[in-house]
Amino acid sequence: MLSKRIIPCLDVKNGRTTKGIKFRNNLDVGDPVEMGKYYYQEGADEIVFYDITASNERRGIIIDIVQRVAEQIFIPFSVGGGIRTLADMRDVLLAGAEKVSINSAAVRNPRIIAEGAEAFGSQCIVLGIDAKRVEESKEIPSGYEIFIDGGRLPTGIDARKWAKEAEGLGAGEICLNSIDMDGTKSGYDVKLTRLISENVNIPIIASGGAGKIDHIYEALTAGKADAALVASIVHYSIYSIKEIKEELDERGVKVRLQW
Amino acid sequence: MIVIIDYEAGNLSSVKRAVRKSGFDCKITMDKDEVLRAEKIIFPGVGAAGKAMENLKRLGLDWAMKEAFVSGTPILGICLGAQIIFEKSEENRSRCLGFIEGEVKRFPPGLYSKDGQHLKVPHMGWNRVAFRRSHPIQEGIRPGDEFYFVHSYYPVPASHDVILGETDYGITFPSVIECNNLIAVQFHLEKSGRAGLRIFQNFCQWKSSHA
Repeated sequence: MLSKRIIPCLDVKNGRTTKGIKFRNNLDVGDPVEMGKYYYQEGADEIVFYDITASNERRGIIIDIVQRVAEQIFIPFSVGGGIRTLADMRDVLLAGAEKVSINSAAVRNPRIIAEGAEAFGSQCIVLGIDAKRVEESKEIPSGYEIFIDGGRLPTGIDARKWAKEAEGLGAGEICLNSIDMDGTKSGYDVKLTRLISENVNIPIIASGGAGKIDHIYEALTAGKADAALVASIVHYSIYSIKEIKEELDERGVKVRLQW
Repeated sequence: MIVIIDYEAGNLSSVKRAVRKSGFDCKITMDKDEVLRAEKIIFPGVGAAGKAMENLKRLGLDWAMKEAFVSGTPILGICLGAQIIFEKSEENRSRCLGFIEGEVKRFPPGLYSKDGQHLKVPHMGWNRVAFRRSHPIQEGIRPGDEFYFVHSYYPVPASHDVILGETDYGITFPSVIECNNLIAVQFHLEKSGRAGLRIFQNFCQWKSSHA
């Protein structure tokens, strides 16, 4: 049976991983390539590199990182942040990433999803969604609104409607981030992940809010997510990926235990 | 030389890196003469069956592959490469290479896991393989090892004898095929961590008795 995936997410800025990431081992915690390799060896099922560089040199820097990561890790990894065009996607995929993640650019121009899926295959195209709880209304019947530009700009678009539309356009997967829960360490928005997962037939990666293993368990069971994105919970060595997986396994969630 | 066949069906650099990581040199080629001379052939691929067959024909690689197969060159099919070795595919209703009798079918809608969860298509992520018998290709692979899958179609051979490994996704489907000098896996070896690299290594070392 298919395993639920545990996916560490690394924020990269100017070629370095951000946040004071602490490790038990003595390693260069600022180097995304070393970090990627570390999580690969620790049993990550996939890795996400999220580029938050704002400068013009960003493209060259991230491509160099992707190429170096691809030499070291032999599991899928995706790259997100600042991907706007088909050319951006092509550069990252040719450099060795398995998938690209698009978010704001897809809301502004939904055609990019179809074009990306047509050119590279749906399995390469991950749609990132930043959703926030709002009052249910005629415009937002699900009670979750899409925000773009790092969660700053409301769009008036309903999250359920957007997820279904993106699936129709050819998105292969949805990485669903809860703006309300992101950084709180108080749990994923299980209601949101369940809502989207039940309304589309593509995998959902729950994102935002993991602080303990029970949160991951809830997202993967009650939340019906296919995968869980983890950041602080592993970056600060609160738990190792192995510990997370062993507890999930004990509680009956199918995960990959050998690597 | 070990060659990786390029028929414009996806990025092959990750396959090349994985083969090198497993300790062997290899070359990406779309030249049919190189395929005919190859010591071993790796036949990967992502995308749709129809387009893949079109490309193979245009490049003369369908014929070169057939020659290589009948002459006993060890061949390793991966993902789409494990599908278009059959006679036909439901995808684009394509006629395929026909090395092995059988067809390729789409996962039916309404698949459920044993615990009642609705299963999505494509089958995407890590899953296990139950081997039906032993073969040099699975040297060093442990029973709980998992592999990375991404596919909506799966092979249905006419004879069960060619099924070396099976995977469960609502239904049990053949995920490793073996026929003489041909081994084909539905999962992505290049994205399957240690276990995937080990199978590359096993293939590169394999002394097929059909040569």
